[in-house]
Amino acid sequence: MLKTRMRAKPVVVVLALLLVLSLAVYGCGKKKITSEEPYKIGAVLSLSGPNAPLGQPEERSLKLLQKQINAEGGINGHRVTFIIEDDMSDPAKASTAIAKLITQDNVAAVIGSSGTGTTLAMAPIAEREKVAQVCCAAGTKITQPVNKWIFRTPPTDSMAIEKVLQYLKSNLKVSKIAILHDANAFGVGGADELTAKAPGKGVEIVTRESYGSTDVDMTTQLTKIKDTPAQALVVWGTNPGPAIITKNMQQLGIKIPFVGSHGIANKKFIELAGPAGNGVVFPAGRMLIPSSIPADSEWRKSVDEFIKDYKAAYNADPDTFAGHGWDAGLIITDAMKTANTDRVQLRSQIEKTKDLAGIGGVFTYSPTNHDGLDVNDLIMVKVDNGAWTEVK
Amino acid sequence: MNLNLKENTTERNRVLWGTVAFVALLIALTVSIKGSTGLQWILSGLTVGSIYSLVAIGFSIIYASTRVINFAQGEFSMLGGLLLYSLCTKAGLPVPVGFLLAVIIVTLIGAGFERTAIHHLRGQSVITMIIVTIGFSIFLRAIALWSWGSNPLPIASFSGDKSVRFLGASLVPQNLWVFGFTAVMVILVFLFFNRTLVGKGMRAAAANPDAASMVGVSTSMSSLIAWALAAAIGAAAGIIIAPITMPSYGIGTMLGLKGFTAAVLGGLGNAPGAVVGGLVLGVLEKVAGGALPQGYSGYTDALAFLILILVLLLRPQGLLGKPEGIKV
Repeated sequence: MLKTRMRAKPVVVVLALLLVLSLAVYGCGKKKITSEEPYKIGAVLSLSGPNAPLGQPEERSLKLLQKQINAEGGINGHRVTFIIEDDMSDPAKASTAIAKLITQDNVAAVIGSSGTGTTLAMAPIAEREKVAQVCCAAGTKITQPVNKWIFRTPPTDSMAIEKVLQYLKSNLKVSKIAILHDANAFGVGGADELTAKAPGKGVEIVTRESYGSTDVDMTTQLTKIKDTPAQALVVWGTNPGPAIITKNMQQLGIKIPFVGSHGIANKKFIELAGPAGNGVVFPAGRMLIPSSIPADSEWRKSVDEFIKDYKAAYNADPDTFAGHGWDAGLIITDAMKTANTDRVQLRSQIEKTKDLAGIGGVFTYSPTNHDGLDVNDLIMVKVDNGAWTEVK
Repeated sequence: MNLNLKENTTERNRVLWGTVAFVALLIALTVSIKGSTGLQWILSGLTVGSIYSLVAIGFSIIYASTRVINFAQGEFSMLGGLLLYSLCTKAGLPVPVGFLLAVIIVTLIGAGFERTAIHHLRGQSVITMIIVTIGFSIFLRAIALWSWGSNPLPIASFSGDKSVRFLGASLVPQNLWVFGFTAVMVILVFLFFNRTLVGKGMRAAAANPDAASMVGVSTSMSSLIAWALAAAIGAAAGIIIAPITMPSYGIGTMLGLKGFTAAVLGGLGNAPGAVVGGLVLGVLEKVAGGALPQGYSGYTDALAFLILILVLLLRPQGLLGKPEGIKV
């Protein structure tokens, strides 16, 4: 008996200490958690499968946000809980996951998913159940035409295309371009939109070639492009295709400028392309180069803080996807301050979001615009000896 | 014994020379019409064709000795490339050492799978074993995804990236590595199966297991050697092509399908046939990609599988394969 009591002692001391500490922490904050009932927000993210590089940083951001909000007293006295489900990058699993979150967990709103396919699979259920869905995917189709229940945080493919056309016309001052795109949904969608919008900007597309996502040699397409009067090459695809193309261009001695998509706005591209990637230019969110955001703005403040906190929590730099996840959580929790957990009111409140400084940009939604950002939230970035610089 | 042996051999030769003539004509036409651009397409086709060939050889070895089609063959190459990344790019080992270690590890995986799964399925139908290899390929992909993530990984070229000009077309040194390695591999594999006792025994074990065991050939050992060999060649191929393909966990699927198409085209179980099949497939893909109207070059994968279906329908023994029944 005596022995047991003695062993129990340190536990009691630790517990007592924890209690005192937690009281002290709450004492410091302005607001306190006053209710036992948490505000639940669901999230369906691609934590495994091909889209895992998107979903994993998004999840980390949401956990970080949850910790910060609760440390500051939650929302209107309620603790916030993100219930995160993995859709394994599979549209069928995404739709099962959102149904589970809405019906079983009774969440107030849903975040997700990471990719366009999984997001579109969730949409009909969010709409049917009348629950707001804030996604982290860039596919143009998600918000065009506007679906009352779906909002997004990343810049759209259309904005990236507009930015690229601006760059071709104003910076490079070229009028004839070639397109080389991945034959998947992202590549074809981007190339179609470029083809449709280029003439309006005074840019002529002299040829348009494609490659398969798993192709390992694009010299055939490049020799055909070399024989055209194209003054610049726009490559629309994700890793590793564009990196292989930079190497193939070097091999063939093709010197025209390489303009990529936002699909290569990651360190992976620099690693894969190596020295051949030097000089490649692509559109990206300003978070990639925080100094491109006005120094005294709210936006810059939240980006700097986010990068610092994320680094401290995970010992890694946040990427743009981490930013999309954070913004989705931020937009919903901000609307919750007014609407609390009423699903329909929460949706209307999200739509009323105005000048909310997030990570990807300053968000403003309206009944006709569920994209939140615009083309000015993007910059053109150049790969310069393994680092990124802003193109002005 | 098949009495039509002579006739079949004559027909095989006709098909072989017909193919060679067709490809030569295709190359000549492409180069004469498109000049150095056409030559670039051919070289590009030979590069991807060599990659397909190397995977196809692995299919052929296992098929020739066990009649099993190993749908995890592409995954052996995927593992080879990813292991090289860990051993050389990450751990900083010299490439030859990393190469050797990666090949040994994958060989052990291949041999281990044969002992734990295939060996215990003796007496079951070949279809059962084939389905087990599909399961194994999914397993290896999951392990790779878990260990290396889903991103493609960078691997430095063995001899730099400075391009070599050749009649107005250009190659990078890694292409030459792939060509050379493919040539050496096909010769070695051919000699092994036709000139060594072990290799001949393995073919005998596949053709007639009962007769082979009566003269002292162990079918069990034969299957083990075939799997180890196919895994080793698959891994080595994955390593040689890694600087070009930038390996990721999913790369084995397409490599496996293209390699299988090449093996079927050349005649399953026939190593030189596998190489011919691979090169023909690669050149056809790239010439078609070049000749197709703009925008369609990304869809040449469909061509490969169209060829696969046509070959299976019209000439299931492949270009160089002997019809079933007269093997050995």
